[in-house]
Amino acid sequence: MSKNGFNEKTKSAHSKKLRFTLDSVGRGTAAELLRRLKPYRFKFALSLGLSLVYVFLTLLIPVLAGKIIDCIIGAGRVDFAEIAPLLLKLGAAAAGAALAQWLVSLCNNSITYGCVRDIRAEAFRRVQKLPLAYFDSHPAGETVSRMLSDADQLADGLLMGFSQLFTGIMTIIGTLVFMLTVNPLITLVVVAVTPLSLAVASFISKRTYSMFRKQNETRGEQTALIDEFIGEQKLIRAFSYETRAEERFNAVNEKLQKFSLRAVFFSSLTNPCTRFVNAVIYAGVAVSGAFSVLAGGLTVGGLSAFLSYANQYTKPFNEISGVITELQGAFACAAGLFELINTPAEVDAAAAPNPAQRNEKAESTGNISFRNVCFSYTPGTELIRDFSLEVKSGMRVAIVGPTGCGKTTLINLLMRFYDVNSGEILIDGVETRSMPRHELRKKFGMVLQETWLQAGTVRQNIAMGRPQAAENEIIAAAKACHAHGFIMRLPKGYDTVLDEAGGSLSQGQKQLLCIARVMLLNPPMLILDEATSSIDTRTELLVQDAFAKLMHGRTSFIVAHRLSTVREADIILVMRSGRIVESGTHDELLRADGFYKKLYESQFAR
Amino acid sequence: MKKLLIYMKKFRKECISAPLFKLLEATFELFVPLIVAAIIDNGIDGKSKSFIISMGLLLPALAAVGLLCSVTAQFFAAKAAIGFCTDLRAALLKKIQSFSYTVLDTLGVSGLITRMTSDINQIQTGVNLSLRLLLRSPFVVFGAMIMAFTIDTRCALIFAGVIVLLCAVVFSIMLASIPKYRKVQAELDGVTGTVRENLAGVRVLRAFCREEEQIRTFDRRSEKLLGLQINAGKLSALMNPLTLIIINAAVIILLQSGAIRVASGSLTQGQVVALYNLMAQILVELIKMANLFITITKSLACADRVAAVMQLDSGAHGGKKLPANGSPCGSVEFKNVSFEYKNAGAEALFDISFFAKPGQTVGIIGGTGSGKSTLVNLVPNFYSAAKGQVLIDGVNADDYDRAALLSAVSVVPQKAVLFEGTIRSNLLMGNPNASEAELFAALETAQAAEIVRTKPQGIDEPVLRGGSNFSGGQKQRLSIARALVHGGRILILDDSASALDFATDAKLRAAIRKLSPAPTTFIVSQRAASVMFADFIIVLDEGRAVGHGTHEELLRNCAVYREIYASQFPDEAAKLNVPNNTPEGGAAK
Repeated sequence: MSKNGFNEKTKSAHSKKLRFTLDSVGRGTAAELLRRLKPYRFKFALSLGLSLVYVFLTLLIPVLAGKIIDCIIGAGRVDFAEIAPLLLKLGAAAAGAALAQWLVSLCNNSITYGCVRDIRAEAFRRVQKLPLAYFDSHPAGETVSRMLSDADQLADGLLMGFSQLFTGIMTIIGTLVFMLTVNPLITLVVVAVTPLSLAVASFISKRTYSMFRKQNETRGEQTALIDEFIGEQKLIRAFSYETRAEERFNAVNEKLQKFSLRAVFFSSLTNPCTRFVNAVIYAGVAVSGAFSVLAGGLTVGGLSAFLSYANQYTKPFNEISGVITELQGAFACAAGLFELINTPAEVDAAAAPNPAQRNEKAESTGNISFRNVCFSYTPGTELIRDFSLEVKSGMRVAIVGPTGCGKTTLINLLMRFYDVNSGEILIDGVETRSMPRHELRKKFGMVLQETWLQAGTVRQNIAMGRPQAAENEIIAAAKACHAHGFIMRLPKGYDTVLDEAGGSLSQGQKQLLCIARVMLLNPPMLILDEATSSIDTRTELLVQDAFAKLMHGRTSFIVAHRLSTVREADIILVMRSGRIVESGTHDELLRADGFYKKLYESQFAR
Repeated sequence: MKKLLIYMKKFRKECISAPLFKLLEATFELFVPLIVAAIIDNGIDGKSKSFIISMGLLLPALAAVGLLCSVTAQFFAAKAAIGFCTDLRAALLKKIQSFSYTVLDTLGVSGLITRMTSDINQIQTGVNLSLRLLLRSPFVVFGAMIMAFTIDTRCALIFAGVIVLLCAVVFSIMLASIPKYRKVQAELDGVTGTVRENLAGVRVLRAFCREEEQIRTFDRRSEKLLGLQINAGKLSALMNPLTLIIINAAVIILLQSGAIRVASGSLTQGQVVALYNLMAQILVELIKMANLFITITKSLACADRVAAVMQLDSGAHGGKKLPANGSPCGSVEFKNVSFEYKNAGAEALFDISFFAKPGQTVGIIGGTGSGKSTLVNLVPNFYSAAKGQVLIDGVNADDYDRAALLSAVSVVPQKAVLFEGTIRSNLLMGNPNASEAELFAALETAQAAEIVRTKPQGIDEPVLRGGSNFSGGQKQRLSIARALVHGGRILILDDSASALDFATDAKLRAAIRKLSPAPTTFIVSQRAASVMFADFIIVLDEGRAVGHGTHEELLRNCAVYREIYASQFPDEAAKLNVPNNTPEGGAAK
């Protein structure tokens, strides 16, 4: 009991806090949005102005029609002379309204799509500058959906919502003004009944909100089940779990049916109910109008105009309530997008102003020193503590250890994908944090475990690091790592187009392209991060030769969990749960009889 | 589409009632302009206040009956649409669960999930709206025309003309813009692809300093998308203004000819007002219909996609010659087995033969794509051999009852997957009736007991979606435990220890060998260390068995195996340089 009470309390406190933050976030989001709309302010103003024209003219049409009807009283009592110019006016008003509406659509399209393009471009540029930590903690799918579908929803919801809101309010005001000028009394009848329509709509939407929430929760539950059952269908099959899966699914499915029926049915009552209220208003206008006509306060044409107003007057109210939900959705999307855009970018050092210093860097010798480096991904759990190492030019450094022990961390620091917490890393005596990242990264050639290729031709992929490379250089690089042969056997040789997944190439072939890519760059230093762990050992023998050529004379860092690949290294760093526990050559480490030896021997244990 | 309608049969009553009540409501609505005309002609011209009041009361009364009809219609429509889609979802899952592996491979997981979720939801919206509005809108439009005819034939002809013209304009704009929007969608996919690729390759792109170039590519695509969007928008922006002009042109003609008819005495003022109001109703309904049309086309496309899956042959051949009596004792024999994946150019396995006695351990080694997983997938008949025979206890795998065969085989797939729930619920997947002791025994054997011990809630520790709160190695060990709970006499470890370090891998193999009775075990691996102690090893290379024998035999007579071994144990291989060397040299440490 008491536990429940406590829960309730914290929940309400939490929701209050949430509402508070949403509010302040909302204000910030609105300011951010307005800033991005600035380039479109003229089009925006034009759109609003034209909307006004449109609203005015569409409201004018019933008045004109009413005046015409007043000229058509009965047999022999038709004033044709009066009708002709009125008909012309009506035609002109309709044409004008159509033109204005068309121009508003064009303006809004251009604002909407342009604004999305701008925000997307901004987001994409920011993504290029985000620290790698962002990508390690945010799934790619989330970022993609923010940049694409959220941006779309933002544009649709916000800009269209705003213009609809504007036209809606203008229509309401305009209608009231027109009605007041024709007959204040009947206008009062209309205004008096209006709150009824709004009350009905809000009553229903309040009731259905919780039903929709339940429906969405259940739908989420069902989607999770579907993901598992279909995604892992083969596993389900292997354990003959199908019947049990169906039972679980059907239970949720029936629950969903119940909640959906409630939500869909009750929400679908909004339209009939507001229609009913409208009909009541309509009847009120008809009766009070007819009495006014009898009393001489109104013409039949005026009544006709009133009736069409009564028809369209309530419509904007319904639209506005729809627009508000859309706006809320758009704001949520905007908040997410701006959160991405406002994620702090990496700070980069300016390019060295001193040309002499720059020159020195160009002929990097590949001496690297780690001095008292400390690092942790999350504050509190220190991964690397007080690590120092001198790497001489041309040395081969291997980093080994069980999966997940943080081998890649050192590489992340070296390439400045992450920055050290304290201590420093020097390359040829220069602190890496004092040079621009591009300058630093150009010193390294990197081959990773995932053989990532770009959608494009084989040539483009090899020349990725140096797009201006000459044809013979590309071929020479491919030949040097035994890739030329299989490339020539591809349907279009170097012009074969590879898709994102690398097309029909085998793992080994993809890795060879990645090596050729680095070979062409001819970097002073080299990083092989689990470069062979996704290919089998026989294919590895083929690429090994390419690696040997690549590493020749270069300072190299090799991360591996397969010990056979690192025995020739000048120094082996053995890592265990994030720490470097041993270091030395293969023979030294075996003699030391420590963790390395255990790792090595476990390969042969029975 | 027709195929899906059988799930609608249950809701026949609702499907008829919903539109019927909708039509009733529309009919009441169509009377409104006539009543207004009566108020003007009889009430105002006849100066009868009581007539006006009685008519004024009739209007809300009609609306109230209309409301009642419409609420009834909404209920039946919602019930039919939701009930239909609930049944359809259950039927689709059943269908998917009946598909053979080959069919599942061709359909792909993400496509099937989309069909189960967003496609069926879209169908639900479509059915619901169709039942409510599909008949209503045309009914109101034509009803308005008929009402117009009851008032005045000549003026009603204007209505006929307007309806034809409006339909022509609305549908031609819609048809013309569909291909344009398709292009927009394709380009949007292109932009999505660019972003996805950029995120997937973020490390490489940063390492190669390609950020600027990526921005240029993105901007180019983004600009192209903008152009296409504006282009498509231009066309559909015409729709509303054109309708507005046509309707108002019709109003002008109507008033003009109405004036002439009134002057000649064949029409009254009230009737002109009624005609004018009917025209306004047509406009409102047409806008509704255009929106409905878009929803229905979308839903039909989704329905087609779902129907395509429902129509597929499940591809499962139900051999049930063998009842699920005594479970097999676990001998496995391949006789000249060949297998080819659907739509693949070459055979994945070619002429494989071997015989494994109950309790034996079979190692399967080879490079990526050499057919290792394919081979073990033939044992539980996930795929069935194209040529040759797979015999379990001497009976062809095709002839077994599916459930009986599967209960005899425990599989640990390459990708370790845990389901949302608890460790216990995952283990029980293998056998819902397993006792507590059996669960813990399985955990011990799988070297997973330690995982359970370190968790605060032990075996009842929650497993998050996708097993995200467990490391790769932990997931592998737990999925091995699950297979052990299943307790089949044949155990398949399909590269299931790749995330384990060598020491744990070795302990695991030792524990499995100690099981009593020992299962016939298939160990698929790329590591020579994992298979070298097997009773015999099959070496696969591009689908062919290039070696078959014990570790020592293979070192002597199988070049591919020697290469694999040498690539992983260069020192030991060097000592074996002479092919006839005694095998004790390398491994016995």
